Amino acid sequence: MTNHFVDMKNADVIFIMGSNFAENHPVGFHWVLEAVEKNGATLIHVDPRFTRTSSVAHKHIHVRSGSDIAFLGGMINYIIENDLYDKFYVANYTTAALIVSDDYKFEDGLFSGYDDATRGYKNESWQYKTDKEKKALKDPSLQDPRCVFQVLKQHYSRYSLDKVSAITGVSKDDLIYAFKTMGSTGTPDRSGFFAYAMGWTQSSTGVQKIRTGAMIQLLLGNIGLPGGGVNALRGHANVQGATDMAVLYHDLPGYLGMPAPDHKDLATYLDKTTAKAGYWVNKPNFTVSQLKAWFGDAATKANDFGYDWLPKMKGDHSFQQAFVDMNQGKIKGAIFPGQNPAVGGPNTTLMMNALSKLDWLVVKDFFVHETADFWQAPGMDPSKIGTEVFFLPAATVVEKSGSLTNSGRWIQWHFKSIDPPNKDVVSDLDFAIDLGKRLQKLYEGSTAEKDKPVLAMTLNYGDDPDKFPENVLKEINGYAITDIVKDGKVLVKAGEQVPSFVVLKNDGSTACGNWLYSGAFPKEGVNNTARREREKPGEGIGANLKWAFSWPVNRRILYNRTSADLDGRPRSDRKKVIWWDAEAELPDGKKGKWVGVDVPDFKGDLPPGTPKLKDGPFKGIGGNDPFIMNTEGCGRLFAANLKDGPIPEFYEPFESPTENAICPVQNSPVAKVYKTPENILGKADKFPFVLTTYRLTEHHLSGVMSRNLPWLAELMPELFVEISLDLAKELGLANGESCTVETARGKVRAKACVTDRLKPMTINGKKVHQVGMPWHYGFKGIATGDTVNTLVASIGDPNVFIQESKGFLCNVRKGV
Amino acid sequence: MGISRRGFLKLAGATTGAALFADFNVAGPVRAYAMELPIKGAKETPTICPYCSVGCGQIAHARDGKLINLEGDPDHPISLGRLCPKGSATYELTVNERRQNKVLYRAPNSPKWEEKDLSWAMDRIAQKYKETRDASFVETDADGNRVNQTRGITWIGSACCDNEETYLFAKLARSTGLVYFEHQARI
Repeated sequence: MTNHFVDMKNADVIFIMGSNFAENHPVGFHWVLEAVEKNGATLIHVDPRFTRTSSVAHKHIHVRSGSDIAFLGGMINYIIENDLYDKFYVANYTTAALIVSDDYKFEDGLFSGYDDATRGYKNESWQYKTDKEKKALKDPSLQDPRCVFQVLKQHYSRYSLDKVSAITGVSKDDLIYAFKTMGSTGTPDRSGFFAYAMGWTQSSTGVQKIRTGAMIQLLLGNIGLPGGGVNALRGHANVQGATDMAVLYHDLPGYLGMPAPDHKDLATYLDKTTAKAGYWVNKPNFTVSQLKAWFGDAATKANDFGYDWLPKMKGDHSFQQAFVDMNQGKIKGAIFPGQNPAVGGPNTTLMMNALSKLDWLVVKDFFVHETADFWQAPGMDPSKIGTEVFFLPAATVVEKSGSLTNSGRWIQWHFKSIDPPNKDVVSDLDFAIDLGKRLQKLYEGSTAEKDKPVLAMTLNYGDDPDKFPENVLKEINGYAITDIVKDGKVLVKAGEQVPSFVVLKNDGSTACGNWLYSGAFPKEGVNNTARREREKPGEGIGANLKWAFSWPVNRRILYNRTSADLDGRPRSDRKKVIWWDAEAELPDGKKGKWVGVDVPDFKGDLPPGTPKLKDGPFKGIGGNDPFIMNTEGCGRLFAANLKDGPIPEFYEPFESPTENAICPVQNSPVAKVYKTPENILGKADKFPFVLTTYRLTEHHLSGVMSRNLPWLAELMPELFVEISLDLAKELGLANGESCTVETARGKVRAKACVTDRLKPMTINGKKVHQVGMPWHYGFKGIATGDTVNTLVASIGDPNVFIQESKGFLCNVRKGV
Repeated sequence: MGISRRGFLKLAGATTGAALFADFNVAGPVRAYAMELPIKGAKETPTICPYCSVGCGQIAHARDGKLINLEGDPDHPISLGRLCPKGSATYELTVNERRQNKVLYRAPNSPKWEEKDLSWAMDRIAQKYKETRDASFVETDADGNRVNQTRGITWIGSACCDNEETYLFAKLARSTGLVYFEHQARI
């Protein structure tokens, strides 16, 4: 999230799309209701189903699952055509004025640089045009036909109301209502935000859906304002934190990025991956400090701080690829702490087949779940499965201390209340430290090059397991190895915590596990994530700056420099966040700094209007460049770094009931279709209905933490499929009757839930039915049921490889 | 009056005398009930809801090392004491007869689980980890680049774990060369 839950009360328009906010994040949703009740905000819900979120919205719009980019592209077209965008913001704080390379083209549904053989793009033409000094050309008037704004305008001119209505199934009146309402926030004194969840992400074009939302917010000047932003509603307590800590194949903690095979040494890696402008120029400080945190004294300047020991990789090693490779016998061992792929992973048949190929499997959880018990799942013959399986019991949240990062980037400490039930029930932290130490013992004495990082990895967090979490957080925050000296003065003494990442160095004198979390534990005895001072009513804008800690540097609204104009004055009194105070005194006696009701997401003492800095930690950033992490210093409306185009284009889901009416290319030309026998795609003649999966208030994801709890299991005991009144009539199905839902991959049994929450739609002139299913169930626990992910194909978004479990094709028939 | 409910309870606990209660207009029978709450005298610990990502505040009440209650934290700025159905059921996550509190082991091709102790299991897991790592380690790729990959092991999880835990997973996984290293963010 660019913003956070409490901040939602400041919005004037709330646009929820691809999320059932009220049912999946009920307590966060009260801030939406607060905006509606106290701020007069308008709430719009765009979703294939009418849900409890829709029930309190000013308008619910039935949309065809998977048609989001057509809808949002239509919104961009409407906003530009009707002059609803924030002209000051677009001209000054986005890349709209930059001129695009002459070679960039979009023709016949493809961007320039497409290579059919590799199903991929070469992005050389997706660049800005530069002058002889390699300076990007721009037209501040936004009239040049090749400036980003005009390219955008032309691209989305094809997304007419008629066309978008035909593709999405939404009436033109409803489209106009939605576009106009969101468009009303294109003035500095009004703000609105998008809230989204898996309805946007689980798609072959998931990343581009989010991007289209972000581009709309840039056009409307809604990024950086209270009540604005693009707000992802994450599903787990710590998806944000686990992502920040890079439990993802392509990354290192703090978004530093895994090195590639041709990054032969540290200098090459840093040279090729460090931005030439923007705050990311500091990456070498963050990288070397991380290596020092990981390898301690063994990381020296002479050995590139242990850089050589890291794995180097390229290509897809994602969740889906891991299971395809496991299924082919390439992966022999698996460790799943808090993970239940037998229910949660796409294409369950692939998941189960792959698990049975493992030599060994370690599962760590509270309850024996479907993955732990896969070898005795219905239809499995244990005598034929050679996998050695370990189930390790896990400590619950009240049985350990630690921090969780919520969807709004608040890092909150939870204190241990009780000991786990016995000595064999341990936290995942104790498990990881124990496993690491046992490996070090097994490799003891080895001089092999490959074993050096195992032996060098730092695991000394003291003798008291209750202190481990705090000691690890201290390492994540970072500390000085030798005195940090500036202008002859010692800023931080050797061994002390660093106050923030600004003092980190690339010479081995500082250690820091994750620069983004620096400041979370800035001094011995000061755990900022445990702070509990709540903002008093009427005191601020809901930032709650003394409650817990928010990354980076406790900023609550990202990019908040945009709330002020080119002179540093608030653009609007109603939406002010930070402003320039020329009289404010700095510690060194100089005058002038950014002040306000949030921590400035900017260089604190950089006066508005300052030309782009030529050097230093803010190299390339000037006094009016609010997007300090981007090389351009402003928000990107045209992005060369995505795999599927610099501007989002609508493509149909891989299984679709219709042909792409926007362009002649049916599906994303670069999305991945995994090659495995379990991945069969279906067509509309056999599978005519559009299926979308979703979650319930009473259950949690793969159900381990809910289907085993009597209170929750009783509330939502069995699997069902939501079917419209119209479709039920066609199929002769009564409410509560058993039926079978089938895709090209497999089938599941469910009770029919006949409801007017779903309606048949007219898509490109043809009647299309949509059905919906919750996906929480499996064969273990109190509440059991068939696993809906059996129905899902193995398809990956080209940027992040998430599966397409929204908007695919199924059939429904009476009986089981 | 500008006082939160918890502030009130703390104040009430710290101060004796009917005058205070009179100030808050709490009648006799209500006071008697409050004094008899099962959580009276229990150890209070602030914690965070482990379900979705809103990050609601919870208070755990424990007595004699046992969890006896878990409820919303009224001082929490996001949740203001509220909890949803899952959050309200968090108590049952810890106090639950279905919870598996012993290490289980299933031998290859066996039809059943066996109980083991943790130390035995950890020893064997470390052994398997080392064996698979050594057997599947790729030091250089076809172009001669050093890649240091352990290709035979995947570690997946988890968004249910704390920051400190996931950070340690990253350190351990990468220091041992893992490349198939993932969690729920991508599914």
